[in-house]
Amino acid sequence: MTLSDLSALLPLIILVFGIVIIMLVQTVWRNHKLTLILSVLTFVISTAFLTVSFFAESKQVTSLLIFDNYAIFYMAILFGAALAVCFLTYGFMEGRNNIKEEFYIFMLIAALGCGVIVASNHLISFFLGLEVLSVSLYVLIAYLRAGPMDIEAGIKYLVLAAVSVSFLLLGAAFVYAYCGTMKFSAMNFSALTPSIGKSSLLLAGVIMIIIGIGFKLAVVPFHLWTPDVYQGAPAPVTAFIATASKGAVFALLLRYFISTNIFDYRPLFILFIVLSIVTMFFGNLLAIMQNNVKRILAYSSIAHMGYLLAALLAGGRWAIIAVTIYLLTYFITTLGAFGIITILSGKERDFDRLDEYRGLAFRHPVLAIVFSGFLLSLAGIPLTAGFIGKFYIFTANASSGLWILLIAVAINSFIGLYYYLRIIATLYSHIQEPQTVSFESRLMPSFSYAGGLVLILLVFLLVFIGVYPSPFLKIISGIVSSLI
Amino acid sequence: MILLFLLIITLAGGIISWIVSFRSKVACRWLSTFALIADLVLLFLLTIKYASAYSSTEQWIELVKWNWIPQLGIAFELGADGLSLLFLWLTVLLGIFSIAASWDEIQERAGFFHFNIMLILAGIIGVFTALDLFLFYFFWELMLVPMYFLISIWGHENRVYAAIKFFIFTQAGGLFMLISIAGIYIIHGRTTGQYTFDYIQFLNAPLTSSFSIWLMLGFFLAFAVKLPMVPIHTWLPDAHTEAPTAGSVILAGLLLKTGAYGILRFVLPLFPKAASEIALIAMILGVIGILYGAILAFAQRDVKRLVAYTSISHLGFVLLAIFSGNMLALQGAIIIILAHGFSTGGLFIIVGALQERIHTRDMNQMGGLWAVAPRMGGVSLFLALASLGLPGLGNFVGEFLVLMGTYQVNPVLSAIASIGFILSSIYSLWFIYKVFHGPLVQNRQITDLGLREMTVMVFVMAAIVWLGIYPGPMLDSAKPALKGIQSKFISMIEKINDAQ
Repeated sequence: MTLSDLSALLPLIILVFGIVIIMLVQTVWRNHKLTLILSVLTFVISTAFLTVSFFAESKQVTSLLIFDNYAIFYMAILFGAALAVCFLTYGFMEGRNNIKEEFYIFMLIAALGCGVIVASNHLISFFLGLEVLSVSLYVLIAYLRAGPMDIEAGIKYLVLAAVSVSFLLLGAAFVYAYCGTMKFSAMNFSALTPSIGKSSLLLAGVIMIIIGIGFKLAVVPFHLWTPDVYQGAPAPVTAFIATASKGAVFALLLRYFISTNIFDYRPLFILFIVLSIVTMFFGNLLAIMQNNVKRILAYSSIAHMGYLLAALLAGGRWAIIAVTIYLLTYFITTLGAFGIITILSGKERDFDRLDEYRGLAFRHPVLAIVFSGFLLSLAGIPLTAGFIGKFYIFTANASSGLWILLIAVAINSFIGLYYYLRIIATLYSHIQEPQTVSFESRLMPSFSYAGGLVLILLVFLLVFIGVYPSPFLKIISGIVSSLI
Repeated sequence: MILLFLLIITLAGGIISWIVSFRSKVACRWLSTFALIADLVLLFLLTIKYASAYSSTEQWIELVKWNWIPQLGIAFELGADGLSLLFLWLTVLLGIFSIAASWDEIQERAGFFHFNIMLILAGIIGVFTALDLFLFYFFWELMLVPMYFLISIWGHENRVYAAIKFFIFTQAGGLFMLISIAGIYIIHGRTTGQYTFDYIQFLNAPLTSSFSIWLMLGFFLAFAVKLPMVPIHTWLPDAHTEAPTAGSVILAGLLLKTGAYGILRFVLPLFPKAASEIALIAMILGVIGILYGAILAFAQRDVKRLVAYTSISHLGFVLLAIFSGNMLALQGAIIIILAHGFSTGGLFIIVGALQERIHTRDMNQMGGLWAVAPRMGGVSLFLALASLGLPGLGNFVGEFLVLMGTYQVNPVLSAIASIGFILSSIYSLWFIYKVFHGPLVQNRQITDLGLREMTVMVFVMAAIVWLGIYPGPMLDSAKPALKGIQSKFISMIEKINDAQ
């Protein structure tokens, strides 16, 4: 390891140092605000170093990690998401009896795991990153331990993540037995012929790896944990799982697919088309039946993974741009939607029952309009960022002639519209009788200026990307060359 | 630049009136009205410009183009020709009427209401002027969200259902159009090497491959839902009935017309071959719409629903005319579009005023209202007569031209469509009879139309009379654009006929 390797690693190293410093500070002086400031500082410095290295050459550090523009861009948006979650958490945790400070430490560790995942082009580093991420998520999901739901969610995630990791490891072992290395670039599928023969070991290995990844992304049929965990976890943690954790794994999947030319192997390609379509339909159809906003968003996030898979399947340059812009817009909208839930949540439990949102527009018009904006963006309506993402999926699939996927995305978009509109209709419907169900007299029990700031920023990004995406597209087209 | 100002003034008017509404509701209403009057002035300038450049061969009176998303070849490109000019006039005039009509009706959250109205109008202006397919889709969807809010917040009893149904139907059509837009973009890019969404470039290289029928169907579906064509019309009666008066006026007068405009502007010129292949089916569906809408209109008890179904009937003529590819019929379609906008818009205002006064839309609880509200009765009779196609009024000119034109193409369909005249007389007179004649059902005292309402009605009636007596300027204005659309389309139809 040379000095230049170290300098490439600097953003991750800073994160680690930040974690250690915050832990040390805890022993001397426990202070919620100070912890927040320190974690924010860590993220900001780390991201600053990332932006510097964005303009540098891409760099392979050992055989495990690669710091190309692709990894750096994704790290930046993942850290951004984690930062936003930290800000939102502040108001959420303030005034609770729990120990608050450790939350941020785990958040930083989780972000570190995400960073390692997006920079890995080797199965071992992927596994390491995934474990770092998962272990901190076990804790974060059950952090509040306020009720049986929390514990259940934590255990569920623990068991399923463990299962998925064991699939992943077994797959990695198979791959190693076949290739003699676990580098992504070694598993080149374009050399494989449809007659399986000796390569069945590689195929089995890759399928197991994909099952492992599928659990993390909550692709149908590996999605069963999602609604319960989304509902049971504290709202900011849910926001993190929905965005950073899934986004990082998806970024890895994209890198993996592109560097192994997996689409040249026809049977797998068709399998993925089926997976994508099934995921969309399952997510959307099940979302219709829910009466809990967090569960609706959970199923909708399953559907969004289906859309992302559709974008991925377009292949080549289009896939990279479409997936990246879609993930970016998905991050913004999902963080925003969960941010609203976070701000509205009381100390006893989260504000997530649909009927509690009835007439929100009358009690808090600004919040209702902002929430509608985020929901419309999830539905992909113009003027919002979500539309640009969806438009790229359409164009990408049209360019590779995958009309069946295109039509599936279109059909699902208007199924999805139904439940997003249902939430919006609830926001704007009149309250029949004087509110007696409200369990908290204050309207926004978890509001903090930090959280408010994040929401304002997200709204700005939502509209800005929706109206003028050009600057972002320019950056994104700069990361394409890292992969192809 | 006039087109850009048109958009900016409308949008800014909406935003400012929302802000002002926190202080004063009256100021907010006036502000929106003034913004639209400013739009009228701009349109007047545009018309003068058009009239002075009439003889030139340039198709577009106004053309502005800026780069927007260069990575995809998307430009902010607005343009207007004689055809869009007519639609723009209709848009702004009906916008003013609908604001005037809801002056008293909307008291709750008036600011947001006017913001939504202005946003819809801006979206419609954008649809009528956008010359970049991405931009067009952008505006196309922009009209939906505020209309959804309009119905779901200020609507009547069953508003949430109607609003969601409206949104999902139109969005479903829209998404298929989006697929087609992506498809045409990629195919055009592959064949010419130029990746662009520019309508003018597509126009110069129309797609004729066998694949183009699918792309055409995507566009057609989106526009047919809006128009509405018969099997996919079911959102319309609900949305029109549940919307507040202004919403109904804009829905019937403008949103439906965007469908007709889309077919004229995009489906026929971009896919002449594919469109000519479905022409017969579309014409048959148009005729079915004429009869079906008229029969169902007669069966309604709810006044608003009755008026809503008449729209399906009238727009059936438009569909029939467009796909006949005959010049007379196309000109007739334009007149119907304009006249229907005014007459149905007027009827919705009347019905809204009625509901405001007697709090019901059930015709069985009305009757004899002429005695207590003679002005309202007179205006309604005029509008009903216009709607049934009384010679001398706008709708007659339009429908007559359509029948004459389609007769040259397909006499059978034209003959069946003319039954629509009889049916429209039945439902229009039935409406007048049930509401205004007969004994007074309950001894109500209702106030007649006031000064504000009468002013609106005078303008509406004047427009209808003008269209009926002297439609020349409108026909001339649309003629060059229609000529361009028709010539390509008709040559394709002839080719098909020759092949058979």
